Amino acid sequence: MKYGEEIGVTRGAAVLAVALGGLLGAAPAAAQVAVRGDVVHTVAGPSIPSGVVLIGADGTIEQVGPADRVAVPQGYRVLEAAVVTPGLVDAHSVVGLAGQLNQPHDQDQLERSDAIQPELRAVDAYNAREALVEWVRSYGVTTLHTGHGPGGLMSGQTMVVKPRGLTVDEAVVVPVAMVAMTLGPEVSAVFDGRPGTRAKGVALVRKALVDAQEYRSRRAAGGDRAPGRDLGMEILGRVLDGEVRALVSANRVSEILAALRLQREFGFDLVLDGAAEAHLVTDEIRAAGVPVIVHATMARHGGTMENATFETARRLQEAGIPVAIQTGYEGYVPKTRVLLFEAAMAAAYGMPFDDALRAVTLDAARILGLDDRVGSIEPGKDGDLVLFDGDPFEYVSKVCAVVIDGRVVEEGCR
Amino acid sequence: MLRSPARLLAGTAAAILVAAPSQAQERPQAFVGAEIIPISGAPIPDGVLVVEAGRITAVGANGQVRVPAGAEVHDVAGKVIMPGLVDTHSHIGGGDGGDRSAPIHGDVRILDALDARHDRLRTARAGGLTTVNIMPGSGLLMSGQTAYVKLRNGRTIYDLLLCEDVLTEVCGGLKMANGTNPLRGGSDSPSTRAKSAALVRQKFVAAQEYRDRLRAGGEGANRPARDLELELLAQVLDGERVVHHHTHRHDDILTVLRLQQEFGFQVVLQHVSEGWKVAEEIAAAGVPASIIMIDAPGGKLEAVGLSFETGAALERAGALVALHTDDGITDSRHFLRSAGLAVRGGMSREGALAALTLNGARMMGLEERIGSLEVGKDADFIVLSGDPLSVYTRVEQTWIEGERVFDLADPEDRAYAVGGYKVREEARP
Repeated sequence: MKYGEEIGVTRGAAVLAVALGGLLGAAPAAAQVAVRGDVVHTVAGPSIPSGVVLIGADGTIEQVGPADRVAVPQGYRVLEAAVVTPGLVDAHSVVGLAGQLNQPHDQDQLERSDAIQPELRAVDAYNAREALVEWVRSYGVTTLHTGHGPGGLMSGQTMVVKPRGLTVDEAVVVPVAMVAMTLGPEVSAVFDGRPGTRAKGVALVRKALVDAQEYRSRRAAGGDRAPGRDLGMEILGRVLDGEVRALVSANRVSEILAALRLQREFGFDLVLDGAAEAHLVTDEIRAAGVPVIVHATMARHGGTMENATFETARRLQEAGIPVAIQTGYEGYVPKTRVLLFEAAMAAAYGMPFDDALRAVTLDAARILGLDDRVGSIEPGKDGDLVLFDGDPFEYVSKVCAVVIDGRVVEEGCR
Repeated sequence: MLRSPARLLAGTAAAILVAAPSQAQERPQAFVGAEIIPISGAPIPDGVLVVEAGRITAVGANGQVRVPAGAEVHDVAGKVIMPGLVDTHSHIGGGDGGDRSAPIHGDVRILDALDARHDRLRTARAGGLTTVNIMPGSGLLMSGQTAYVKLRNGRTIYDLLLCEDVLTEVCGGLKMANGTNPLRGGSDSPSTRAKSAALVRQKFVAAQEYRDRLRAGGEGANRPARDLELELLAQVLDGERVVHHHTHRHDDILTVLRLQQEFGFQVVLQHVSEGWKVAEEIAAAGVPASIIMIDAPGGKLEAVGLSFETGAALERAGALVALHTDDGITDSRHFLRSAGLAVRGGMSREGALAALTLNGARMMGLEERIGSLEVGKDADFIVLSGDPLSVYTRVEQTWIEGERVFDLADPEDRAYAVGGYKVREEARP
């Protein structure tokens, strides 16, 4: 795994790593698994009553269909559940960099020495054994977009992991996913006046992107005058090239519009994050073709979140905007939210069941560029599943098993 | 002490200026056809609830309860009616308490800082809350006197308080805290747990001596100078005012029980994150516990052991359990949710529903007036779209003393229920 080259991990490499891990005495390789569900929500089409999902030795889904058309082969481990869904995809979190203890030494999602630090990599700070990672996995998250968090103009990079394994190498799926940015008064609060205002924050972001444009062209020109390698300029160059997305946390209308304006000026691939007031500017967001990772449904409504609603994900979806729901970031109790509960609350406030489930599976996978691998139960996709003893969104229903790449990583109803 | 709603309205001039006129209470109102969950008895699948002059006058099965002539009849078929929710721990209303000048402020009253028209009271009504213990925070060993309020549509704090005369009556409890929140170090704050306990003990000892000197009837030089704080603590020692004690870690919980043993005050444990570790001790002490459902453990060291199963463990051990929001830590609009999570964690359905209502009323000494649907109690109830433990259920109406204070069908109320209530009308989509 060559992080220096920032190469994404292919599925084959991940399987090889797991298999080698098995040879070295780590956890056993994925067995063949058959899951029977009274209802199987594939998110790829109509739900299947009395459905069966087969996962092969390579950890991918072999077959899914009604029980009378999918035979369970010999030697497969059989799991049964009332309801089966794809593994949940958390479109944005900070767990693994943020820890449960909430002490300075376990809060790595925000470096406070400077408001602009896009060169900070998530892989250099991810604790694969963090209790919060285990917590979110136990409630069904199988793909996790995590890393640097809100609070800095550019706080650093994010990555996509699966909450599996004991090391970042075993967990990582996409080592560099997005550069996390924030527009809003919280930046001034964190960085003690540098920037001191929101407008200054935007100006500093523009300057950094312009500097990156300059850097890129002078590096390309080569020669004696070419600047030395600058990690921050380098990653911003990849953002400008559209290789790496810009994840911009912005709650107020003015901040959302500022993000759209930056996108128009520099042409990068923008994803809006949080976006508490997005429901007030749906036309502008839709026209820009920008997806929105909406704040956790139950995120507290203080500060720039004061105009948040419990219906925002639904309203944006109805307006034709690509939407996912996240767990987000909390500075205090609770140190992480639970994606399943957030989707449930969106459903409670009127988001149709299928739409709410899709907002934490396939739609999230799509925004992360991973919908070829995760987010629905279809042959060829990763064997990531969640098993429930009832309606997944009901409080009294429990998560009874979680499967990642065909391996049962959580068992026992909770 | 606490007066009936009718006498409250008659006796307090300011309260008569409450916006909703009392005509609503002149006609009896009957709610027919809902599933009624009285809490004090078995659920009634097809029930009738009759309220008049702010009180419940009848509750029972459809066909067995007479609807009075002239009553306004509400058809609530398909709905569920249960008592208004009782929140024993909240910070709504924009209030505050003791400041950083000292760790102990027994003389400070949150009612001196509350805003009766605060937005968060309206969101709480949308959550089905009807009675709330509004408290100062936990950053001090003793942050001040709390306020027991009804979420009536009021203009001033007097419209909300459950007592009639703030100058002579006990209008709430006393907020205390241990564990890490009050440990800020420096010259005005303890930095260790033992120091916290010592400061509190010294203060209660001083209160005992103050009370004893007052009782001895000293005159002149023997009469102690009036001390607001010691006066307040004498109330606590005499059992007239309940201590609501924020505490998380198992050993901090035991410290509260130890202090209660020594000084004999009435106490309600609050939060009790590690209550599952000392459930037997809590039950044996006969001390009630008001707990919070938080979506993940951690956030601070003493909450690392927080569990959804605390309610079940305490219930099994025989302790009295209530649930609370600690609004703004969790939102009052999600209070019903905490019962669903408590059942997920193993609590009984009946216990969880009582934990939202009657058990909290008992912890506030208000069980004669509120917390269940029984004849003679205050007409505080909520109309739900379905089972209170279902995620899909919405609070549709909230009634306090026979007046509707929240209606989901009203657009302005709806904005408070779902969020976006500060958005100017012209900006609304």
